[in-house]
Amino acid sequence: MFEQLFPNVRIDDIMTATNETMYMTLVSVAGTFVLGLLLGLLLYLSGPGGLWQNKILNWITASLVNVFRAIPFIILILLLFPFTDFLIGTIRGPSAALPALIIGGAPFYARLVEIALKEVDKGVVEAAKSMGAKYSTIIFKVLLPESMPALISGITVTAIALIGYTAVAGVIGAGGLGDYAYFYGFQRSDIDVVLFCTILIVLIVFIFQFIGDFASRKLDKR
Amino acid sequence: MISIKGLSKIFQTKDQEVRAVDDLSVSINKGEIFGVIGYSGAGKSTFIRLLNRLEDPTEGSIVIDDQDLASMSKNNLRIARQDIGMIFQHFNLLWSRTVYDNIAFPLEIAGVSKSERKKRVEELIELVGLSGRGNSYPSQLSGGQKQRVGIARALANNPKVLLCDEATSALDPETTDSILDLLVDINEKLGLTIVLITHEMHVIRKICHQVAVMEAGKIVEQGDVLDVFLHPQQPVTRKFVDQVMGDPEKENSLQLINETYKSGEILKLHFVGESTNQALISEVSRKFEIDVNILHGKITQTQKGAYGTMFVQFEGEQQEIQRAIQFIESTSVEVEVSPSV
Repeated sequence: MFEQLFPNVRIDDIMTATNETMYMTLVSVAGTFVLGLLLGLLLYLSGPGGLWQNKILNWITASLVNVFRAIPFIILILLLFPFTDFLIGTIRGPSAALPALIIGGAPFYARLVEIALKEVDKGVVEAAKSMGAKYSTIIFKVLLPESMPALISGITVTAIALIGYTAVAGVIGAGGLGDYAYFYGFQRSDIDVVLFCTILIVLIVFIFQFIGDFASRKLDKR
Repeated sequence: MISIKGLSKIFQTKDQEVRAVDDLSVSINKGEIFGVIGYSGAGKSTFIRLLNRLEDPTEGSIVIDDQDLASMSKNNLRIARQDIGMIFQHFNLLWSRTVYDNIAFPLEIAGVSKSERKKRVEELIELVGLSGRGNSYPSQLSGGQKQRVGIARALANNPKVLLCDEATSALDPETTDSILDLLVDINEKLGLTIVLITHEMHVIRKICHQVAVMEAGKIVEQGDVLDVFLHPQQPVTRKFVDQVMGDPEKENSLQLINETYKSGEILKLHFVGESTNQALISEVSRKFEIDVNILHGKITQTQKGAYGTMFVQFEGEQQEIQRAIQFIESTSVEVEVSPSV
């Protein structure tokens, strides 16, 4: 049955490609989460009415975020080649895709983090201030926990964008399902390979969406 | 306990400056429930937020327990704030934390150890009457219960002062009363100084010892709640007093009384801080050969006793009526004979 439907799909190659995609996605989601959270906090805290209200810092962060968000991903990878080479030691393979994935994903997530933080009730921050809380306490015990469901939905959306980015990176030699679909499917006109890779990627997206929705709902006590 | 001198807060907007609080001086004694009443925009909200420097004052000094908050460094201010509890109109609880963890939050901030936190939180839950609700989330509580959590949280670090920012304005009348009772209870049990702002005279009447009336950033009238109720000087104060007492002159009822009851004598009795003369009417009708007809009136209770006015008609021998009036004049109840419209 499987052989008839997908005659050109080789299971061990598919396994390797899937592992590479999962590896790229998971590591880049983790990296994007940390970097995006930092940038998002910086945007929020330095913004108008924020705890560290600072026009210059806010302008610099916002510009950085906007510029990197504006660069098309495929061009970002090319631009980052020297940086990637310096950091990873090669410009091919799944690891070499990580810097571009994280630098491409973090600014996007940073904006979602900023929106999530803006949704936190100002009164609660004020209450914490009235109790004599330090800024670090306000950030880690008020702002982040109170915005957690939105932060989780945000990283879910970002993760799904990142899965798409890994396929793009695949086309210029990063490995993974995109790479496999392009070189072994498209280039050889084996449409069944392209189709099978698509099914797998859609499946991965669904799994991420499901986990994200579940976690976000569990954490929301409103 | 609290001494405020020359306090001003000016908000700078694009084309004008707004003096939200304008050269305000006041002192509040220890253990007192001090109410500030005013319409919205009077500056009372800014005033209470200046007391723990959620707003920075433009000028003036705020001395609480011999510490000047206005000139304090950010770090010292943080420590000082742990001695000033605050509750809010919209409760401002963390929805992500349970009742227990919400109350524990200020203790975490103050660096209290975990075992002590547990002990203290349990005490507080008991104190505000929320036993058994420790593991609930705020979203599962009613408004009144949320404010109880707010009060428990504000009391966690044994503050010297409790600030109430329109604490009952989002609650229904019945819940308001139960929260007010809780505040009086805490004031008496812990000897806590309470400063509250409100736009409801009912709140002032029910629990405050001292009241200040604010208008346009200034305190226009201040004194014992009873005195202010009895002799309101400013038009704005009179309006607030009428909020609770009703205004018989305004309702045309006095005119109606004079037209309807032609015989005998119409009297206006003023009860001020009464606790001994509450049986006055029955006493008068027992002692003197007259009939007493109650026409109109409202008596209400304040922290310092009953207060209110009552219109009565005395019928009988003119001499007997005069003796009865003399008797009432000898008590602390004020009498006005044939009150004019």
